[in-house]
Amino acid sequence: MTAIELPPVVELAGITKAYPGVVANDSVNLLLHGGEVHVVLGENGAGKSTLIGVLSGMVTPDSGRILVDGEPVQIRSPKDALDLGIGTVYQHSLLVPTLSVIDNMMLGTAKLFSLDREQARRRLDELASVLGVQIDPEATVGDLALGERQQVEIVKALWRGERALILDEPTSMLTPQGVQALSEVVRRLVGNGLSVVFITHKLNEALDLGDRITVLRRGRNAGELAPDKIASTERGDLKDLVVELIFGAVDPDMSMNQGEGGSLDQQSVCFRLEEVSLHGDKPWPVLDSVSLEIRRGEIFGIAGIDGNGQKELAEVIAGQRKLDSGEIFLDEESVTGLSVAARQKRGIRYVTDDRHGEGTVGELSISLNTVLKRVGQRPFWRRARVRHSLIREFAATLVAEHDVRTPHEEVPIANLSGGNVQKVVVGRELAMEPRVVVYNKPTYGLDVKTIKAVLARIVSQANQGTVALLISTELDELISTCDRIGVMYQGRITGILDSQPGIETRLGELMTGGGEPA
Amino acid sequence: MTDVATPLGDEGFGSVDEHSKGLSQHAKGRMNSVLMAVLPVFAAVACGGILLALLGRDPVSFYSNVVDHGLLGSLGRQESLIRMAPLLLIAAGLMVAFPAGIWNLGTDGQFVVAGVVVAALGPELAPNVNGLVLFTVLFVVGFAVGAAWAVIPAVMKAWFGMNEIITTLMTIFLGVSFSSLLVKEFFDDPSTTVPQTKVLAVEDRLPRMFGSRVHIGLVVGLVAVLIVHYMMTRTAFGLRLRIVGMNPAAAEHAGMNMRSLTLSIFLLSSGFAGLAAAVEIAGVDGMVRAEWNPAFGFAVVPLVFLARFHGPSVVLFVAAFSSFSIGGESASRKADLPNYFVLVMVALMLIFLAISEFLQARSKNVVKDE
Repeated sequence: MTAIELPPVVELAGITKAYPGVVANDSVNLLLHGGEVHVVLGENGAGKSTLIGVLSGMVTPDSGRILVDGEPVQIRSPKDALDLGIGTVYQHSLLVPTLSVIDNMMLGTAKLFSLDREQARRRLDELASVLGVQIDPEATVGDLALGERQQVEIVKALWRGERALILDEPTSMLTPQGVQALSEVVRRLVGNGLSVVFITHKLNEALDLGDRITVLRRGRNAGELAPDKIASTERGDLKDLVVELIFGAVDPDMSMNQGEGGSLDQQSVCFRLEEVSLHGDKPWPVLDSVSLEIRRGEIFGIAGIDGNGQKELAEVIAGQRKLDSGEIFLDEESVTGLSVAARQKRGIRYVTDDRHGEGTVGELSISLNTVLKRVGQRPFWRRARVRHSLIREFAATLVAEHDVRTPHEEVPIANLSGGNVQKVVVGRELAMEPRVVVYNKPTYGLDVKTIKAVLARIVSQANQGTVALLISTELDELISTCDRIGVMYQGRITGILDSQPGIETRLGELMTGGGEPA
Repeated sequence: MTDVATPLGDEGFGSVDEHSKGLSQHAKGRMNSVLMAVLPVFAAVACGGILLALLGRDPVSFYSNVVDHGLLGSLGRQESLIRMAPLLLIAAGLMVAFPAGIWNLGTDGQFVVAGVVVAALGPELAPNVNGLVLFTVLFVVGFAVGAAWAVIPAVMKAWFGMNEIITTLMTIFLGVSFSSLLVKEFFDDPSTTVPQTKVLAVEDRLPRMFGSRVHIGLVVGLVAVLIVHYMMTRTAFGLRLRIVGMNPAAAEHAGMNMRSLTLSIFLLSSGFAGLAAAVEIAGVDGMVRAEWNPAFGFAVVPLVFLARFHGPSVVLFVAAFSSFSIGGESASRKADLPNYFVLVMVALMLIFLAISEFLQARSKNVVKDE
């Protein structure tokens, strides 16, 4: 097979890109061959977006080379990339919905004073036949179905040349039929000699479509599967291989929950979700009949790739979002209809993953942020009048207990580092008799030391009998902290496993939709 | 506009700190905000002076005329104090709305509609009740009508997220037209030739203080501004409003009821505009003519920003503006300039305010980058 392999049309060699505090791409290599679908797989934060950014001219790498047909080139802007025939279809539409298809095509390509509609129309026909689809040039983009709109996006990406096409998670908004149509289009394109880069985190899709697979992990190449390897390996083994490449091995010294397991079974179920559903703007429900039973003192993990309904689940429990059907029970009492404040009072707490956006008010002091969810309540307010000394005292205790590093508690919270803000937020939610605490990615963006502190806090709180729901994308963190782990995929709990070393492959399969028949 | 609102988080309002360690920094911050408020005024005066010189007028004599007539002369000073009353009440309303990020720009509409209703009611009521009852009823009615005129933008904002800048501005035009309609069709005094309401007899108007012409509305305005300042800095309700303004997502996350908060903000802020009209009618005008719109609201908006929503500073700025506009009116006449020159000065102050905000924000960023 290697004999007929064509030389790469685009080659990325040793691409490195660092942002403050994180190396997004660390000497990453990527070879794009004509006539091939090259799937790039990886978790959130593995470096996929940065790599696409480099290819499409949105990101300038710190070092590394880009070769097109063997010649070194510079891609300084999206225009450079398009001129080289490298087009990108992003997750979010860049078409103008109120304009027609043909007008969208001419945007940005037409000359200043001439609008050559005829030529544009010929190019559209030409590309439509390459894709093997019918496109009405006069249709208004906003009226098209999502799948059709995507075809228009592809045409637009190829408008100035057809060397390589990058599709960034192109199936995330598509129905199964839409996915089928897309894969036919992709097949036709590579049949015409194009190189297609297909970014995804769905395993089945990757295996169905990919001629070649590159896996990124923590900004580096974790491995590449060449076409002959893919062809010669059985599908089940291939899955295991890819999952291992994506998630890596678990760090063994993070275990925390050992020794507590046995006594949990005697504890009664304290918190229960019954068939909770929520509809959003996607073709499938955001939450699809989610049922959970969690015992007193249990840490229940929710694993999943970002955007599979975890945030919505947390918000539904907190009361920030109304569910469409289903019930939530705390000690067999329904809390479904209660407001955020009422749930807060009953001990249902939510540590949001968006600590700067919604968790805190940056301009306010640390002390006021510690009572953000208790404004107007006793003892901090009496007859609607604020009692600053009590608030300050409460904040000082919290700052000391949670080891928040700050000169004093009247500093605007925006002045604190992310880790210290997180300690304040966690401290706030754990104060005053928590019963159920939802932690949404509580260690996101923190340094190793703070991560350990936060996880230790979660464990010690659970040991006092509090129910914990720990949402995370980090498998090793979940396995080392949780008693059981449920996996969310497209709004459903696709499996619940007892947490123990060695389950990461199975979790990875469930997270990428591989747990179901392909 | 939201950017302008931010400084009150650390200085003007959030004065939680009397904490020892925070004190020096805090004092520095307060110095800074005083400077920030005063600099644009000086810059505007300097710039206005250059304009006057370019127009061939003597800036020194213009400004000294302003001071003579607006501040030093007894008549002008009284006039300035009388003018302060409605401005302070409108400012009190804006001090509720702006920190919460609700841009109620329709106070002029709320003002005129409330004014017409109060003007129509006053002369009917006055012969039958004593002064206390009369003024209580007129104030309550003024407040209620002002608030009612904001119900539509309030509901559109709270339920449909519609931009209140547009809707409240629209209600000014509607309000002015509607009040003209009321004056011409329903409340017209047949004994006059121009369309106007009946006149509230001079002896039935708000009591005057200390033998001067200054009526008690000034006290009402001062008390309103100070109460609102207290409410915004010391009460749970005020903190909720500020949180909504600073970070609506956090307000929602903390379980605050955004709809009822939005409604209360609208009703309070427009109610104060209505109260302002009641005070102006019962204290000064005694009646309303068709097409009446003194446009006090638009004059107050920049003042509230210059004062950064800080109550005592609002009083100072309103006082300065009142004497400037009273003094400026006669100084403009003397210098043979249109009355609009006063507005030019206010515009200059705003431009310099924006510039100083920008410079401050930039210097903050520079520090962060290092």
